[in-house]
Formats: sequence, C-alpha cells, structure tokens
Amino acid sequence: MTDTSPKRTIANTPPGWFDNVRRRYFPTPIQSVISILGLGLLGWILWTLLNWAVFSAVWDGQASPETCRAAAGACWTVIAQRWRIILFGLYPFDQQWRSALACVVVVAMVVLSCVPAFWAGRRLAAVWVLGTGLFYLLMKGGLLGLPLIGEEKWGGLALTLFIFVATCLIGFPLSIVLALLRRSELPVISKGIGLFIDAVRSLPLLSILFAFAVVVPFMLPGWLQTGKLYRVICGAALFFAAYQAEIIRGGMQGVALGQDEAAKSLGIGYWHRISRIILPQAMRNALPATINQFVISFKETSLVIVVGFFEILASGNAAYGTGDWTFAYREVYAFIALIYFVFVFSLSRYGAYLERRMAVGTF
Amino acid sequence: MPGFLRNQKIRNILLQVLFVAAVLVIVVGGWRNAQQTLQAQHIVSGFGLLEKATGWDVNFSLLPHSASDPYWWFFLIGIVNTLFLGTLGLALATLIGGTIGIMRTVAHPVLNLLGRSYVDFFRNIPLILQVFFWYALVTHLPAPRNAIDFGPLTLSSRGLYMPALNVGGWYLAAAGLTLLLALVLPLWLARTRRISRPPEERRGLVRGVLAGGILAALVILLVGRDAAGPLISRPELQGLNIRGGLRIPPEFSAMLIAIGIYGGAYIAEIVRGGFKAVGRGQTEAAHALGLTPLQSFFRIRLPLALRAMLPILANQYIWLIKATTMGIAIGFTDFFMIVAVTINQSGQTIEAIAILMAGFLAINLTLAAIFNRINKAIALKGNQLRG
Repeated sequence: MTDTSPKRTIANTPPGWFDNVRRRYFPTPIQSVISILGLGLLGWILWTLLNWAVFSAVWDGQASPETCRAAAGACWTVIAQRWRIILFGLYPFDQQWRSALACVVVVAMVVLSCVPAFWAGRRLAAVWVLGTGLFYLLMKGGLLGLPLIGEEKWGGLALTLFIFVATCLIGFPLSIVLALLRRSELPVISKGIGLFIDAVRSLPLLSILFAFAVVVPFMLPGWLQTGKLYRVICGAALFFAAYQAEIIRGGMQGVALGQDEAAKSLGIGYWHRISRIILPQAMRNALPATINQFVISFKETSLVIVVGFFEILASGNAAYGTGDWTFAYREVYAFIALIYFVFVFSLSRYGAYLERRMAVGTF
Repeated sequence: MPGFLRNQKIRNILLQVLFVAAVLVIVVGGWRNAQQTLQAQHIVSGFGLLEKATGWDVNFSLLPHSASDPYWWFFLIGIVNTLFLGTLGLALATLIGGTIGIMRTVAHPVLNLLGRSYVDFFRNIPLILQVFFWYALVTHLPAPRNAIDFGPLTLSSRGLYMPALNVGGWYLAAAGLTLLLALVLPLWLARTRRISRPPEERRGLVRGVLAGGILAALVILLVGRDAAGPLISRPELQGLNIRGGLRIPPEFSAMLIAIGIYGGAYIAEIVRGGFKAVGRGQTEAAHALGLTPLQSFFRIRLPLALRAMLPILANQYIWLIKATTMGIAIGFTDFFMIVAVTINQSGQTIEAIAILMAGFLAINLTLAAIFNRINKAIALKGNQLRG
C-alpha cells in the first residue's frame, strides 16, 4: 500500500443533525417545497388553535358574557360557570361528590382491566361486577346514609360512563353466548342465531335504541316493565353483543383445529374445552378488534341523547343553550370533545400498544 | 338421566326443538302483548297507515311534497333523502380519506405527520358531537341580512343559497337522469361485447348517443321551464329572508360535513392499510423494471391496494350510510326521522319500525351486493394470486 489512497477521515464522521434534517425533509427540490408548505400549514393550524384557546382567550371565571363576546378567542368563563351541569347534569348539587367519585371508580376499573395481571376470566368479572356495584351504590344511594337519588336525576359524564359500563357488562357475556351458539353444530340453532346477529348488525344503532325506548314497552308483559334507561342499555348491549360475537367467532376460527381435536381425544368435556382451550386462545386472537369495539361503543353512548337522556352531550347543549351563553357553543363542544378524546385516544393507543406487544410473541 | 336422553341424536333434536319453542314464545308473547296494549290505547294497527295523509310536512326533500301526501310517499322521500345524503357523504369521505390515506403512505415525514394528526383528531371524537358542532357553526352564521357572498353563492344562518334553474321538479329530475344516461351509456357502448362491430368502428355511435342525450336533456329543461320567471333564478334578499335560487339547509350541510370529515378519517386508515398490504416485492420489482415512481403507483400499487381495501371499505360505507340516521338529532328529515315522526303522530309503532328495518335491510343488502359484484369483477384470477 502506498500513501496515494484517499484519506477517509471526512467520510467516516457520522452525519450531524443538519445532515439528518436535510436528508429527511429536503432531499429533492419538490420534497423541499412540500416540506415547507406542510410545515407552514401545520404551524398555521397550531397557531390559530393556540391563539384561540390560550392567548386571546378569556380565563376570568367571573367575566360577563359581554366581555366574552367582545374577546377574539375562546371564552372559558362558560366552562367555569357551567362545568357542574356538563359533568353531573341534574344531580343534586350537594351530592355531586358522589357522582365524581363514581366516575373515578369507573376509570379505575377500566385501568385495572388493562393490567395483564387481571387478564383472567374470574378476576376481570370480579373487577367489573364489584366496580359497577360500587358505582351504582354511589350514584343511587339509599344505603349507608347516602340519600336515595333516582336514575332520572342522573346526568352528564356519570350517565355516559354508566351506560357504557352497563352495556359492556351485559353485552360481553352475551356476545360469548351468541358466538358459541352461532358455532353450534346444531343447524337450527346456528342458522337462527346467525340470522339474528346479521339482522341486528344491518340496522343502525339509533333505530335499535329507539325501538327499545319506544316499542319494547308495548311488547313486554307488566311484570317485566323496567325504566327506560335499563331498556336502552339492553338495546345497546344487544347491538354491542352482535358485533362482538362476530369478533369472537373470528378469533375462534383462528384457533387451529388440532387444538379442539386434541382436547376431544383427551376426553375433555364441552365446557372445559370451550373455557380452557378455545376461548383463551380465541380471545387472544380477537383482542385488538375487541378493544376497537369497546372504543366504538364508548363513542356511541353519546347516541342516547336522541332518545332523551341527559348524558354529557345533552348537558353540554343545555349549558350553552339557555341564557347569556348561546354564542359560546365552541367552548362547550371543545370541552366535551376533550373529555371524549382523552378517554378514546388513550384506549385506542393502549390497543395499538397491545397489538405490537402481542405481535412479538407469535411466530 | 332417562335412557333416551343418553342418545346424542335425540338430545340434539330435543335441544333444537326447545330453541325453536323459546323463540316462538318470545315472538308470539311479544306480539300478543303488543296487540293488547294497542287495543287498550285505541290505536288501529295494520298497514292501512300507508294510504293515509300525514298531516305534517318535511323540511328537506328532493321530491315534491305537501302535508296531504300519504305516508308511503313520505317514507319514499325519507329513503331518497337518506340515499342522497349517503351518496354525497360517501363521495366526500372517500375523497378526503383517499387524500389523507395517500399522504400517510408516501415517505415524507411532514405529510405523514399532517395525515396522522387529522386521523387521530377526528376519529377520536364521537360523530354525533361533530354533527352538533357543525350544526351550531352553520346556524350561528350571520343572519340573511348580513349574509356572506362568494360570487354567486350566498351563505347565511338559513343555509347556503345558490343560483338554480327555474324548471319544474319532475322535469329537472328527468333532465338529470337523461344527462346521466348520456354519460354512462357511451362508456358501456364503447366496451360491451354484445355489439358485433369492433370498438374502433363504434365511435360514431358513441358520439351520437352522447350528443343526442345532452340535446334531449336541454330540450327537457326548456320544455319544463317556468314561463313566468327567468331561466336562472338567483337568490336575493327580500325583507328578512332570502328568496329565489336553490337553498341547501344547514341541517344537510352539517350532516354532509360531519360525515365527510369523520368518514374520511376512517377511510384514510383503510387506504393506508390497503397500501401496506401490497407486498414489498411488487414495488421493488416495478422499480427494478424501470417504472417511474408515478407509474409504479398507478399501475402496480394502486390496483393491488384497491383489491386489498375493497371489502373493508364496503363495511365502512355501510356503517356510514347507517350513520346518516344521526340527522334526527339536528332535524334533518332522513328515513329514520320520518319513521320517528310517524310513530309520534300515528302511534303505529310496530308497523313503522318494521318499515324502517325493511328499508335499511334493503339498502344494506343492495350495497353489499354491489360491492360483492365489484370485488368479484376485479379479483385477481388464476395464478396471479401467487404472492
């Protein structure tokens, strides 16, 4: 080797941040233009939003509607004055701590069921039944010195969460039953249930809620008549179960046939085969779609506003709809959207995380 | 256990009989209860309802309507409204979703970020909340007196006004249908194998049909014009309200915007998934064969991605059509709202719900059939399937 070989010192230095930025955002003239335009658009959207929500906004909780109307940005006064209506609806003022505590219970319940240590049928069932019981006790009262407060007074976020939790609690076991029946070897049962599931799935949720609120009372005998709230929850649970049953059935189809055959040849009975061999594996296959279904059904709880419930969206409408604050609809909707966003976004991020985590384990 | 129960076959038959009996008990029991309740409330049941005049009116309709029209006509109006909103909403959602989805598939960090923010933001807020928001936004626009003008368009809290042809409703519909035929028929004529002449020699026929159709549409418009006014009616402020022209009510625009934006976010994810499903090898092979990025996109990736996304897209479309029922929350007279008002006015709950179910079943099954047909037509055949 002679010393004519080129010096390699410069080429060996790792690329600095400047090179990285250039390579990522400005590799060719066209891409540079797109980058600049896109960043400009993003910056403009961010600035407009921030300017509206923070810089030009009225933060004074006691400001009068006139000052608010004159301001260029958001008027958070309406939230400061009406947040109790939005969150708790018509719940008696001095008892609203119960409503708040009940919401905390639901959040804790959902967080607990996201922890892998609780992923066993019995533990999950225990968490949900206990949590819902506690929620119901806190909201309804009548025990332990808490004054009795009927369901017609419930409202706001607590009602939204209650409908969601009760829908899941009834709908999930029902979905397993429906999925098993649809996979039954008896043709009449599997065809009949299949027809039922497909019929429910082809209808809009709103029409089912409406039917349960308005039509079903005609059909029920006197001893089965319940409050409208519970009928609507049953309708929502039925809808949830029809969709979830198909997800679980898909998960079951993903379980290798040999698993069931091996269990049969070992002489394991039907119930043990289902509960110990098929369902655990099927649930694993179906988990991402299941979480997605929970997310969808949480968003769809807001539909009960149409059959006349005072859930968070309706209480939001009431909060800006009357009196001096009719102009402040943006702030109220932004507040409710933020609440939904926090719940839904964290759930769907969790679903995405699970999907990645489970993809590691399989083949 | 009695002896005969140990026989699997007999047990199976018994179980199924029990299942049928349980279903029958529920259905018949519900039916009888409903009959008794309705009789107690003196509500006449039966489908004689369809022939009766409604006595109430709708605020949005593509077809002519009045309060003395029978119920079946109103149900038809509702279905047409639902389909109209659904079709436009799906088109808008597909446009938005396609754009955003492709933005997320190109290897450009800024476009990726923009697309992702859009999807994350709009997908995680309930549709009905977005419907309410857009409705509040369009009804809080300035009153007609201070309406905003964009050239020929006028935007106010009463809705969006645009110039319209001064032609009777039926003539307008006929002209639109003729125009549509004039555009679609030549496409079919140019490709069909039913005609023995080769495609090169059909040009005259195709052009003739196109020109004839357009001419016929124009003639229909001229025949049907309202002789009293000018051919084009423009929106003008008269007193406190705007008269003339075509009014798009705020209920419709709010629903359309909400469905377009929310559906777009979902469709964007489907489009992205479709492109992700295209094998890397296909793209690399296209590159190796010297196709430019654009050619590779339009000839290789897009056709393959379309096939991957179509079944999921069909589900999403059906979901969005069902979501048009949310119009009832803001007072858009879609099929569901007409059924709900019927129940309120006539009390004939069961018949109305049955009509609702039949209507949505028909719409969904038709959509599903159309998509199955498309799916079958574009499916890869034979050994092209090899990955």
